[in-house]
Amino acid sequence: MNDAQLTRASVAPGWVERLGVAHVLLGLVLLVYPAAASDFFLTQIGGYTLILGTLALSLMLLAGYGGMVSLAQITVAGVAGYSVAIFGDNATHVMGFGWPWWIAVPYAVLLAAIASALIGWISARTDGVYTIMITLAIAMAMFYFTQQNYALFNGHSGYSGLQMPQFWGVVWRDPLPFYYVCLGVAVTSYAAVLYARDSSFGLSLQAIRDNPRRMRAIGYDVTLHKVFAWFLAGVIAGLAGVLLVWFNGRISPGTIGVNAAIDVLIVAVLGGMRHPIGAFIGALVVVLLKTFAIDLVGADRFNTLIGLVFLAIVFASPDGLLGLWIRFRSKLDKRSIRPPS
Amino acid sequence: MSSLQTTPAPLVSATQWRGLLWLLALLVLAWLVFAIWPEWLNMFLISKKTFISVVLNGLTLGGLYFLVASGFTLIFGLMHNVNLAHGSLYLLGAYVGYEFANASGYWLLGVAGAFVFVGLVGVVFQVLVFRRMEGDDLRQTLISIGISIVAADLMLAVWSGGTYQIMVPDWLDGAITLPIVTALRSNGAAVYLSYPFYRVVVLASAVVIGIGLWLLLNRTRVGMMIRAGVDDREMLSASGTNVHRVFAIVFGLGAGLAGFAGVVGGSALSVAPGEDVRYLLTSLVVVIVGGMGSISGAALGALVIGLAEQAGLVYFPTYGIVLTFVIMVVTLAVRPQGLMGKSL
Amino acid sequence: MKIQRRVLATAMVAAGLLGHGLAMADGTIKIGLLATFEGPFTVLGEDGLRGAMVAIGEFNGKAGGKTIEIVRGSSDASPDSALKAARKLVEQDKVTVLVGPLSGDEGLAIKDYAKTQPKVTFINGTSAAADTTLRNPAPNFFRYSTDGAQWMAGLGTYAYQVKKYKTAAVVAEDYSFPYTQVFGFMAEFCKAGGKVPSKAWVPIGTKDYASVIAAIPDNVDAIYVALGGADAVNFLSQYQRAGGKAPLIGGSITVDQTVLTAKGKLRDVLIGTPSAGPIADTNDTPAWNSFVAAYKKQAGAFPSPSLFAHGYYVDMKATILGLNAVNGDTSDGGAKLRGALSKLSFDTPTGKVSLDSNRNAIADIYLTEVVAGADGNLVNKLIKVVPQVNQTLGIPVKDFLALGVVGRDNPSCK
Repeated sequence: MNDAQLTRASVAPGWVERLGVAHVLLGLVLLVYPAAASDFFLTQIGGYTLILGTLALSLMLLAGYGGMVSLAQITVAGVAGYSVAIFGDNATHVMGFGWPWWIAVPYAVLLAAIASALIGWISARTDGVYTIMITLAIAMAMFYFTQQNYALFNGHSGYSGLQMPQFWGVVWRDPLPFYYVCLGVAVTSYAAVLYARDSSFGLSLQAIRDNPRRMRAIGYDVTLHKVFAWFLAGVIAGLAGVLLVWFNGRISPGTIGVNAAIDVLIVAVLGGMRHPIGAFIGALVVVLLKTFAIDLVGADRFNTLIGLVFLAIVFASPDGLLGLWIRFRSKLDKRSIRPPS
Repeated sequence: MSSLQTTPAPLVSATQWRGLLWLLALLVLAWLVFAIWPEWLNMFLISKKTFISVVLNGLTLGGLYFLVASGFTLIFGLMHNVNLAHGSLYLLGAYVGYEFANASGYWLLGVAGAFVFVGLVGVVFQVLVFRRMEGDDLRQTLISIGISIVAADLMLAVWSGGTYQIMVPDWLDGAITLPIVTALRSNGAAVYLSYPFYRVVVLASAVVIGIGLWLLLNRTRVGMMIRAGVDDREMLSASGTNVHRVFAIVFGLGAGLAGFAGVVGGSALSVAPGEDVRYLLTSLVVVIVGGMGSISGAALGALVIGLAEQAGLVYFPTYGIVLTFVIMVVTLAVRPQGLMGKSL
Repeated sequence: MKIQRRVLATAMVAAGLLGHGLAMADGTIKIGLLATFEGPFTVLGEDGLRGAMVAIGEFNGKAGGKTIEIVRGSSDASPDSALKAARKLVEQDKVTVLVGPLSGDEGLAIKDYAKTQPKVTFINGTSAAADTTLRNPAPNFFRYSTDGAQWMAGLGTYAYQVKKYKTAAVVAEDYSFPYTQVFGFMAEFCKAGGKVPSKAWVPIGTKDYASVIAAIPDNVDAIYVALGGADAVNFLSQYQRAGGKAPLIGGSITVDQTVLTAKGKLRDVLIGTPSAGPIADTNDTPAWNSFVAAYKKQAGAFPSPSLFAHGYYVDMKATILGLNAVNGDTSDGGAKLRGALSKLSFDTPTGKVSLDSNRNAIADIYLTEVVAGADGNLVNKLIKVVPQVNQTLGIPVKDFLALGVVGRDNPSCK
């Protein structure tokens, strides 16, 4: 081989390097996980973590790259969930138009994305804590509306009997297929966010996060960029919402209440908003904590345990667990005995 | 022709129009309150007794909301700290006040005890926790969320899930008769409105606290420092003031006000788990509508929200509860700084 | 016991990760207990737990020859939290029987979940929404406690004929359980000739009732109040403070012990309030007295058991009796157990209980009135026993179903 060919061969990245070693390893672990996990761990821990992580990913997109912290992501997911109940089949004998899933689901996700864009447009003029508060107010308004309205949302009881479809001879709600569906959605959303981050839209979004006035002066339509970011986040949250109602088989105002809204924020912050993987790390920690806290400290004080763990992590690291990991790794590097290059 | 010819002055200026409209509104309100109503009005407003009660209840509830929200807006105005544990401070004040009042037999001792105790807790929070995160708004907010989760559970552990009632002392209890005629009996005699005295007391205390806060902010040295800090924090510390001490005082005062409101509110509306989230959301809405960091804004916001809530409960029973949050969303979308806030 | 649980929990986590189901230790049987240990109904859940423990104590902690191990699940009255807790109890802790939940809407959610878990037996706690067993029942969900409409048997007729109330206003919370209670009251009251000119549905958690009280028409003979817990306490004390003149009629949880033990002047408006429900405090039967005595031995007990303690007691007792009948043998996925449970009929402190074809209870209902007891505490005095009320209140099933699903506007008799 001549010099040029040698250089090319050594410089052109293989697919492992392009994806990143960490990603490949993680992917392998996730693919093989079902072999080692019981049904409960597959669905209630694995599946639920992936769904919650996808929801937190939508928040991370808005907050980490857009600088807009939103407490209304669960509301957007709720729009998708209620749409599935209203346009698909349900066992509550309210609404339920009976559309086939391959029409109802995309429609639900589209509605969720439009709702998200609307929320983004309303909150476009706010920033920082004001965005948190306006999205909280929207979430509360939606919660109370779904609780009080029986014609469309069946009030406090909500919708039940929301079944995941069965096709191609597979019962998709069985633990193994369901896990892989959630994994697929999570991986696709994750890849989409990473792609968006490095795209020209993503770069302008981050620039808007850093200095909106400058971007406006250069000639970028800041509001349009923000609203589009909300739309994208709405697609991701909508997908998570559809999976959530199939996971639970039901939806009610309690699904989109203030506790649920704050949970999404806790997950995103706990994991760290520097990198999309933080959303899933945070989700895993929160799901494990919430499931097993009652066994560790008894049925009486498990909420205190959850709160204390959250406080400890936020106290120790503003970037969540990811931030802790990055700091830990850099400390390891400092201690390395490699001679300075 | 002179180029300095001006357009002729309008007959009635814009300010005069506004004044006329306010006068008209006041006259209509006065007629609604003092005159005997014709039958057709009952179709829209149920009955005169209902309408007057809604207005008075809205006013008095607004007074309670002002008491709770004043501490919240004070803390945010100076330290840009959205303290989402404010509701927990309210609930803590209610429980502590209940213990003090029960143990001593004096309601006033419960009120004072709650104010002091929760104020101290606030100072501790500020010095030990929030001081380390100055400038990082999001982190402070998240820490306050964590504190509220832990606090709610610990209070549940100590006081369990039951409902507590702080006994209103006899000299504050009972009903007073207001000179407003609600109906005419068949023999022509007038039926006057009887209204719970304690609610009037709540409104009065809100007014007193409001005036007190205004005096504190505008007539004392500490108040001067607070106002300066709200305008420009760096300048304040550059001028030699111990900013951290001012912050601690303000947080303590804000927390103490929440505790005070807890006892006052708990006497009227009982104390139970879940009140913390409810009053936190209310404070948030009141302060957003009124304007962050403004005491008069908190008063105005509390009035609007109190009236909206009571009117919603009676006149729009199904969706009245959504009304409060819709008002907040509309305010944030149209005028984010609130009714009385400074432009952002 | 707690340390053992923690070791067990860690072992379970490890075992779960390795994919092995945890084998039940020989000689113990796991029963899940789901109640509201969080949120506004915490104090009710705690009393429910006391009732269940009384039942367990009666059988010395054994069922079907095995030792009972209770695994607690906590919810906050919302259907989602109940579902999550039930999932954990059934799928992770692998309980044989799940006893619960407490609140109406939770029961509807658990019934749907039961349909997806045919090998687990579900027995109610105190959830009292009608549709949990009336429409689309689950074959493995059993309710030995009566529902909210059954609890109102006899009250409407008593209010109209004995108390001579011709018109009544309604103040109730805006969700399924109060809809059921109002339905039960109005079914009799309207049939007897009464009129209900106004209904005020207040959102759950409303604290300030002053305006609602002011909006109640002045000329009604009585006000039917179906609120619970803290909301009831607030309404009653504000009603008293506003100088309300009209007498009250109470829903079952409005004059429950959790409200009667509240302090303050609200006692004045409570005295003389008629109500109906599954229990009466001044019941002189020996069975009731021994139940009360056993209940009072529990930590934190009220002066008299609430209907939540009673409901969980009856349902837990049914669980144990069922397990005894099959000698604890649930190796067939509980089919024999469920067969025994559907035929079960036994004596409780409040009379005989048996099941109808939807596995809903047929039991005695008590008409009561609030009086001040000898020691100053308020108690529900027994006026009359309405014997063996079934879910359709004596109306033929088809006609009852034709009355429609309960809601804000159904029924209506202006």
